Amino acid sequence: MKRSLNTMTIAATFALAMPALAAPTMAAGLLDQVKARGSVSCGSNGQLPGFGLPDAQGNWTGFDVDYCRAIAAAIFNDPTKVKFVALTAKDRFTALQSGDVDVLIRNTTWSSSRDSQLGLNAAGTNYYDGQGFIVRQSIKVNSALELNDASICVQQGTTTELNLADYFRANKMKLKSVAFAQLDEALKAYDSGRCDAFTADASALYSVRIKFSKPEEHVVLPEIISKEPLSSFVRHGDDQWFDVVKWVLFGMLNAEEYNVNKANLDEQMKSENPDIKRLLGTEGSYGEQLGLTKDWVYRIVKHVGNYGEVFERNLGPSSPLKVTRGLNALWTKGGIQIAPPVR
Amino acid sequence: MAPGQPAVPAQGTPQGKHLGPPKNALFYDPRLRSVVVQVLLCAVILFFGWVIFDNVTDNLARNKITSGFGFLSAVAGFDISQTLIDYSISTSTNFRAFWVGLLNTLLIAALGIVLATVIGFVIGIGQLSNNWLIAKLSKGYVGIVRNIPLLLHLLFWYNAVLKALPDFRNSLLLPGGAYLNSRGLILPRATLSGHPELVLVALAVAIAIAIVLYTKAKRQRERSGKSIPVVLPSLFLIVALPLVTALVAVHATWTYPEIGRFNIRGGAEILPEFVALLIAISIYTAAFIAEVVRAGMLSVSKGQTEAAAAAGLRRGQILKLVVIPQASRVIIPPLTNQYLNLTKNSTLAVAIGYPDFVQIFTGTVLTSTGQAIEVVALTLAVYLVISLITSLAMNIYQARTRLVAR
Repeated sequence: MKRSLNTMTIAATFALAMPALAAPTMAAGLLDQVKARGSVSCGSNGQLPGFGLPDAQGNWTGFDVDYCRAIAAAIFNDPTKVKFVALTAKDRFTALQSGDVDVLIRNTTWSSSRDSQLGLNAAGTNYYDGQGFIVRQSIKVNSALELNDASICVQQGTTTELNLADYFRANKMKLKSVAFAQLDEALKAYDSGRCDAFTADASALYSVRIKFSKPEEHVVLPEIISKEPLSSFVRHGDDQWFDVVKWVLFGMLNAEEYNVNKANLDEQMKSENPDIKRLLGTEGSYGEQLGLTKDWVYRIVKHVGNYGEVFERNLGPSSPLKVTRGLNALWTKGGIQIAPPVR
Repeated sequence: MAPGQPAVPAQGTPQGKHLGPPKNALFYDPRLRSVVVQVLLCAVILFFGWVIFDNVTDNLARNKITSGFGFLSAVAGFDISQTLIDYSISTSTNFRAFWVGLLNTLLIAALGIVLATVIGFVIGIGQLSNNWLIAKLSKGYVGIVRNIPLLLHLLFWYNAVLKALPDFRNSLLLPGGAYLNSRGLILPRATLSGHPELVLVALAVAIAIAIVLYTKAKRQRERSGKSIPVVLPSLFLIVALPLVTALVAVHATWTYPEIGRFNIRGGAEILPEFVALLIAISIYTAAFIAEVVRAGMLSVSKGQTEAAAAAGLRRGQILKLVVIPQASRVIIPPLTNQYLNLTKNSTLAVAIGYPDFVQIFTGTVLTSTGQAIEVVALTLAVYLVISLITSLAMNIYQARTRLVAR
């Protein structure tokens, strides 16, 4: 199992070395290539309920997955024209760098080194997250600061692993971490008692709790030990594609802000509000300027929904995860999600 | 071909005469031709390698991806669960992590090779046993073990080890103050004072004496035909001399582990990941080694055994002096393959969280620095070097045990 993943890293490395595959951005812009190919190739998490997970029929669902679908909807007017590639934390950047995927939307933290030395651009934060801990209720721990000397299971190859070491170091606590390459293996080890705590982004903790044999016996500790703005990523050097990926998210956020949703979409097309007219393309040519069509936001909302609808469907109270909006509420509603205007 | 019939037609072959001198002598000169072909092949390979290298550097530069080996001296900043050398989260570099991972891999490989060889020889010889039960059990072991993928062995042992042991609050207290629980085996830790280095000196002296004894006994046997028992006295010496030295010259202070809030504190820890990986990889490889050993033993013709028995050698002597020296020539090359496989298979450790080289370096260091090409290239080089050294050692051993015509 792990063998194949290592092979993938190596294969992707060699792909980077091959002349034909190595220059995917040179001939035409990536947007034109995607249009010609007829589908977007999207690097996704294949193991995280609520964010990215294929079901038994191979249908991908999740918050990150819907972002990919929104890109496809904006370009092709068809949210199914996405090729999902399941990537591990270890393989994700190599896959994007080598041109294996067009965009990486896989609960990936935006940090300075990833933005610069990896040759990538973060294209907008679709989820503001932070790292937390989950423990068994029976060990009677109320704060992460009590975890001195505790064994902690963690998924390797993530900022999580580094934050964990930083936090214990900063608080002068002794750390015994056990790192696993796969999320599932780390969880299994925690669930079977190998570790006292499991650490990951808070969103992931809610998401994995429903996988445990007895979810009600586990509690998420109150400390959030890091900031994790989870973002989409594209390669350096193709600004048009960068803009498209960025603005699909902004389109969804603006749609929520102006109360444009699946139910009232056709009604809103007749709106006289200039903001809504510009957003939905009944005035101006803002979509064309991005290399898309006039009705790009209309397409996104019609097929996928606005940001709030996507959140609600995958993560919110009506989903098994029951995550509250928190920081991810719109700026008008006490959160920090804000999109620049369409004009 | 029937025996007695020569391979080449008896009457002088008229090759040279019939063909005559070739028209273009230079073109048909076999030596020149092979040199030209080899030079061309080398040139093509070099050119291909250069194209790859040039492309990679070019693409990396164009995409502004950092390259080079500077990341090795950056602080690693992550925790490793098993470290054989000093490693600190706050100050150790990625290069230090490289060594930690490499040593963990070498530890598993070395112990795995020893364990797998012992089990493999026992099972392999057991398969040829005249005892019906032993033979069937050995055959059953090989049949079952080698037909199950190694990853499943690994998961089975890991989950079996984890699930079967109690959690740390109900740790088993073993005699001598050690604890056993699902987090591993925690042994009392000894802090040595006095002159611990003398024990190593004593061990070296004991081994040297044993070698001298062995050579003398061998010479004596070859000259007079009388054998002197050396094995048991040597073993006794090798165990007893360091032990006595330790008792006299070394003073040990023992730190006993005790139950803390989350873990057993103090003491030296043996991780369950390590144990599971070692057991799984040894048992799996042993099944293949058993077959190699069996094939080697069968390759020695029965006449040899019978002749040795007729010459009056005992069963043990026949095995030691006649069968094994001849069988080892057949056993060693495939045995080398198994050792190489074992080392490379240890990379499956990532599945159960044992911090081997791939897990630490190609896993965490790769993702925290993002320099996939450099990290993967170093990884390939490391495994190549380990494998070449293993092969070299086995080749030297084989050269020494080669059948010498006297």
